[in-house]
Amino acid sequence: MNLLVCISHVPDTTAKINFDAAGTALDATGVQFVINPYDEFSLTKALHLKEAHGGTITVLNVGGPETEPTLRKALAIGADQAIRINAIPTDAITVAKELKNHITANAYDLILCGQESIDYNGQQVPAMLAALLNLPFVNACVDLAIDGSSATATGEIDGGHATYAGTLPMVIGGKKGLVEEKDLRIPNMRGIMTARSKPLQVLEATENDAATRAAKFVKPAAKSAVKLVDSVDELVHLLHNEAKAI
Amino acid sequence: MSIIVFVEDWNNQFKKASFEAVSYAKSWAELAGTSVTAVTSSGAADPAALATYGADRIVTIALAATPFGMAQQLATMSEGTAGMVIAGTSLGRSVAPALAALIGGALSTNTTSTPSSVSPVTVERGAFSSKGIETIELMGGLPVVSFVPNSVGIQERAGEGRIENLDATGSDLLNITEQSIASGKVALPEAEVVVSAGRGLKGPENWSMIEELASVLGAATACSKPVSDIGWRPHSEHVGQTGIQVNPNLYIAIGISGAIQHLAGVSASKTIVVVNTDAEAPFFKAADYGIVGDAFEVVPQLVNAMRAFKAGQ
Repeated sequence: MNLLVCISHVPDTTAKINFDAAGTALDATGVQFVINPYDEFSLTKALHLKEAHGGTITVLNVGGPETEPTLRKALAIGADQAIRINAIPTDAITVAKELKNHITANAYDLILCGQESIDYNGQQVPAMLAALLNLPFVNACVDLAIDGSSATATGEIDGGHATYAGTLPMVIGGKKGLVEEKDLRIPNMRGIMTARSKPLQVLEATENDAATRAAKFVKPAAKSAVKLVDSVDELVHLLHNEAKAI
Repeated sequence: MSIIVFVEDWNNQFKKASFEAVSYAKSWAELAGTSVTAVTSSGAADPAALATYGADRIVTIALAATPFGMAQQLATMSEGTAGMVIAGTSLGRSVAPALAALIGGALSTNTTSTPSSVSPVTVERGAFSSKGIETIELMGGLPVVSFVPNSVGIQERAGEGRIENLDATGSDLLNITEQSIASGKVALPEAEVVVSAGRGLKGPENWSMIEELASVLGAATACSKPVSDIGWRPHSEHVGQTGIQVNPNLYIAIGISGAIQHLAGVSASKTIVVVNTDAEAPFFKAADYGIVGDAFEVVPQLVNAMRAFKAGQ
């Protein structure tokens, strides 16, 4: 199988988020970047599929040179080759179009993305990509089985699940459940050494027409200090009269 | 040049988020000086109900089965409209990006406000797992907005409510082989009240008091990541980053320390109550109200107090 895993390079979950002086972009100073957590589930699923069916795993990121350590980490975990499309992503549609241009020119059997990236929380790129390619798409995917050119995928829906059957190629928006948390792999020394000699190809960007513009970022107003109460009756009173939550 | 709103139903009944979507479209339409066209399934039991929330024209279609098919159907109606609204339910989160890609639209998802301007359409949205609020301008195509359910609220404002049936084609690229929703339970993403518990409960056998509290409050039950990872509760209850993000009016966290991954999924809740034995638990910093105490003492008391409160209402 020819597997493509789309990787986002995002601030670590525990990173303190600050914005630049103009308030129009993330201030990356001192921020640790990681593979987007949702993408890790998809990458690990790709490793399982390769182990079961054979094939090649390509990891792809749209970003500047600073994102290459994240791609190298994916190689160290077990991907075979990496591609970086050299562009500073402005919005989801430009990223989706970059991905589409690459995928159209290369025959992939399965395109695995994470459901969303934890930086801009758009949950847009995978569904846009599938629509641009006219390929089937399953979001919030928690189970995927491949049998020849057929795929069965289960996605979360509000309060339950839906299972879909379709033919490859297919686009997946993965999350925990696609593989379990304990299945996620940490790069070992051998993996890190091999990753250095695996190919990382840089392609030039082809798209630049963003449809949206981030005018401003602010941090949410600080929460006022917690009110500690001694009795449940006092809590019920406050929830009803003060918070109007019940 | 009306605002089109996609109105979702489940088993022919409208969801709460569906009425909120029409209210959203009405606020936008008032700012833009235009009308609201609601598009819904021809199977919906009571399309006329949408007029209560501001729908001027209600278009019913034989709705496709999959999100992509629905997006194609909506795309056929996009020409000459001023914008499109879709609730950010699990279905909406698949439909909206596909629609925006098909029509060359400008999309905001995870949106938490109605437009503050229409030239260009400007809204606020959550970013960086609720650690940032982005003001975004939708300038490069037909504006499409998907909003977080329970973020803008439902308002009753009468619309004309003309109902008509239209043909719209969309092709499903997948077959749905099975679809199930747990019955008799409040669905977590839509819940107004969520009762959530963590490792402080010491074992899955102790969840009955959590379920009892949820039942008294008409709440959905949820849990922290460690609890779902060790199999005490199903993954579908895991709230937080990589789990479900919730936005209820009231979130009650019992025996959860408040790891940053958990806070990422709940900090948009309007009121947060934390019950924890450890006064230093980080969750207290994100809470509005707190009780430092043992869940096994506090929760049964809280069940009784809430039951008495509900009985007196």
